[in-house]
Amino acid sequence: MEIYNLEKAFQEKIDKEIKIEPKDWMPEAYRKTNLRQISQHAHSEIVGMLPEGNWISRAPSLKRKAILIAKVQDEAGHGLYLYSSAETLGTSREQMIDDLHSGKAKYSSIFNYPTLTWADMGAVGWLVDGAAILNQVMLCRTSYGPYARAMVRICKEESFHQRQGFDALLVLSKGTEEQKAMCQDAINRWWWPSLMMFGPKDSESTNSDQSMKWKIKRKTNDELRQNFVDMIAEQIKLLGMTLPDPDLKWNEAKKQYDFGEINWDEFWNVVKGNGPCNKQRIAARRKAHEEGEWVRAAALAYAEKKQLRTKAKVA
Amino acid sequence: MNTPIRKFYYGDIPEENTGGSINAISSNEKAWPLWEVFIRSKQGLDHKHVGSLHAADATMAIENARDVYTRRQEGISIWVVESKFIHASDPADAESLYEPAADKIYRHPTFYDLPDAVKHM
Amino acid sequence: MPHTKNALSFTLHLADTALILAQRNGEWCAHGPILEQDIAITNITLDLIGQARNFYQYAARLHEANENAVTEDSLAYLRTEGQFKNLLICELPNGDWAQTILRQFFFSTFQMLLFEKMKQSNNTQWVAIAEKSIKETHYHVKWSSEWVIRLGDGTTESHDRITKALDTLWMYTGEFFIPASYEMIEVTALKNEWMNKVKEVFDEATLTIPENVFMQTGGKNGVHTENLGFVLTELQYLQRVFPGAEW
Repeated sequence: MEIYNLEKAFQEKIDKEIKIEPKDWMPEAYRKTNLRQISQHAHSEIVGMLPEGNWISRAPSLKRKAILIAKVQDEAGHGLYLYSSAETLGTSREQMIDDLHSGKAKYSSIFNYPTLTWADMGAVGWLVDGAAILNQVMLCRTSYGPYARAMVRICKEESFHQRQGFDALLVLSKGTEEQKAMCQDAINRWWWPSLMMFGPKDSESTNSDQSMKWKIKRKTNDELRQNFVDMIAEQIKLLGMTLPDPDLKWNEAKKQYDFGEINWDEFWNVVKGNGPCNKQRIAARRKAHEEGEWVRAAALAYAEKKQLRTKAKVA
Repeated sequence: MNTPIRKFYYGDIPEENTGGSINAISSNEKAWPLWEVFIRSKQGLDHKHVGSLHAADATMAIENARDVYTRRQEGISIWVVESKFIHASDPADAESLYEPAADKIYRHPTFYDLPDAVKHM
Repeated sequence: MPHTKNALSFTLHLADTALILAQRNGEWCAHGPILEQDIAITNITLDLIGQARNFYQYAARLHEANENAVTEDSLAYLRTEGQFKNLLICELPNGDWAQTILRQFFFSTFQMLLFEKMKQSNNTQWVAIAEKSIKETHYHVKWSSEWVIRLGDGTTESHDRITKALDTLWMYTGEFFIPASYEMIEVTALKNEWMNKVKEVFDEATLTIPENVFMQTGGKNGVHTENLGFVLTELQYLQRVFPGAEW
C-alpha cells in the first residue's frame, strides 16, 4: 500500500475508536509522539518518587509511614508499566533512562519543587496527584493500546493516592495552630505549580492539535486545567483553607471558576532546568542507576553461568 | 506463519513498512531481558497477559512479577516467558487469517431456528 | 508481675527490631539498583512495618493496665536509644546492595526460625503474629538467599563486595543467639539450624563462613552502636517537635 493510503486507513481506524496495537502500521510521527509522551510519563513517575521518598524516614506515625511507602512504591510500579508500554514502540528502557539522565528527555516539572514539611505529603497527594489523575483518566481512552491498558491499571491503583493526601491535610487542618499553618503553607506553595502541570495554554501548545486528532490526548490542556480548578475550589472549603489566588471566583454565567494568570515565566524556566531541584533530582536518579550497575551485571553474569551449567549437565 | 518477535518489543514491525523507526541503543550496558507476565487471578480462570518486566533469569522474573503485579492480591499463579520467545501473527495477514471465519455462521447456535417445544438445547 | 514485664520487654524487642530494619530498608525506596528490585525491597519494608505495628499494638495492650496513653506510636516515637531493644545488626547503615542483602538474609533466616518457635508458645498473641508474619518471612528468606548466591557467584566485583559485607556484618550475628533476661524463647537452640541454612546458601554462593570472630552484643538491653541515635532522630523528629499533635 502507498504511504498515503496507509495513513488514511490509520486515521480511519482512529476515528472509529479502534485501538492501535504495537505491530500495526503507524505513522512515524505517531510512534514518536507516543514514545515521547509515554516515556516522559514514565520518567515523571520515577523522578516523582524522590520528593515524597524524602519523607519516608520522617513520617510522623507508623500508619502514615506505611501509607507513604506504599504510595511511593506504587509510583515505581507505574513507571515500570509505562516503560514497558513505551518499549513496545521499539526503544529499550535503558535507552529511555539514558535520555533522562542526559537531560534529553523531560519529566513533569512539578517534581522539581522541594518537599519542605510533612504537609507537603498531603498537598502533593491532593493537588499533584489530583491533577495527574484528571490527565490519566483521560488517557485510559488514548488510542495506543499498550498505553491505554497501562493507564487503566494505573488509575485503579492511583485512586487511593489523592484520598490519602486529602486525608492527611484534613487531620492537619483540625490540628494545632502550627499544623494549620503548615497545611496552608503547603497549599500555597503547591497550588500554582499544580496548575502548571497541565502544560502551556492551548493557544501556545505545539503538540496538542495533532495529538487530539490521533486521540492520544482527548481533552485540551485548558479544559483539564479548568476541571481541576473547579474540583479543588470546592474541596478546599472542607479543609477550611484558602487557595493563594485573589482572582479565584465563581463565574455564574460560565458555571465555572475564574482564576488568575499563571506565571509562565516560572513555568518555562523550571522546564528548562532552572527549578529549585532539577539538578538534585537527576543527580539522585543517576546515582541510583550508576551504583546499581554492578548489581545488574552480577545478576546477569550469574544467570548466564547457571544456564551454561544446566546445559553442561544435560549434555 | 509466525513472525518472530525481536528483543525488547513484542510488537515490533520491520522498519521498511512502518514509517516508524527503531532508535539505536547507545548504552553500553547489557540490560536484563524483557519478560511477559501472565497471571491467573483466581482458581478456575485462565492466565491472562498483564504486562512485562525485566529480570535476569526465570526465578527472578516470577518474583519480580509477584512484587510488581500482585501487590493488591491480583493473582494466585504466575507464568513468565521471555519476550523473545513469543511469536505473533502479522497484522498484514489479518484479513486472510480471520475474515474467512466470518461467513461460517452455521458454527453458531443461533443459526438454527428450532421449534419452541425443543427444550434444553 | 515479672511474667508480664518480660512479655512486654520481649514484645518490644521484636517490634523495635522490625521497625529499625524497616527504617533502614526504607532508605532504598526510590534509590534501588533497578525498578523491579526497588519495588521488591520496598515490599519487605512494608512487611516489616506491618510486623512492627502488630508487636507494638500488643505491647501497648500489655501496658494498658497501668498507663492509658501508650499507643503503637508512643512506643515507636517517644522512647530513647537506651529504651530501644532492637538487634544491633538492624541499625547499621545500609552500605551497598551487597550489605543490605546479606543483612536481610542473616536476619530473615533467623527470624523464620524464631517465628517457627513462637508458633508453639502459649501466648496466643505471639502465635497469631508469628503465623501471619512467617509467610512473609519465608519469602524474604527466599529472595535474599537467591541474591546472596547471585552476588557471591556473579562477577568478581560482586563477589568482592559481598565478601566485604560479610566482614562487616558477621560480628553482629552472634547477638541473635545470646538470650536477654526477658527473652521467652530459647534462641540459643536456634543457632545450629541457622548455621546450617547459612552454610547451605554460602556453599552455593562460593562464600566462606568466618571463624573466631568476636561477637558484638548489647542491642537487646539498650546498649547500641552510634548509629541508632541518628536513626531515631530522623524517625521521631515530628513527634518530638510537635508533642501531642495528631497526624
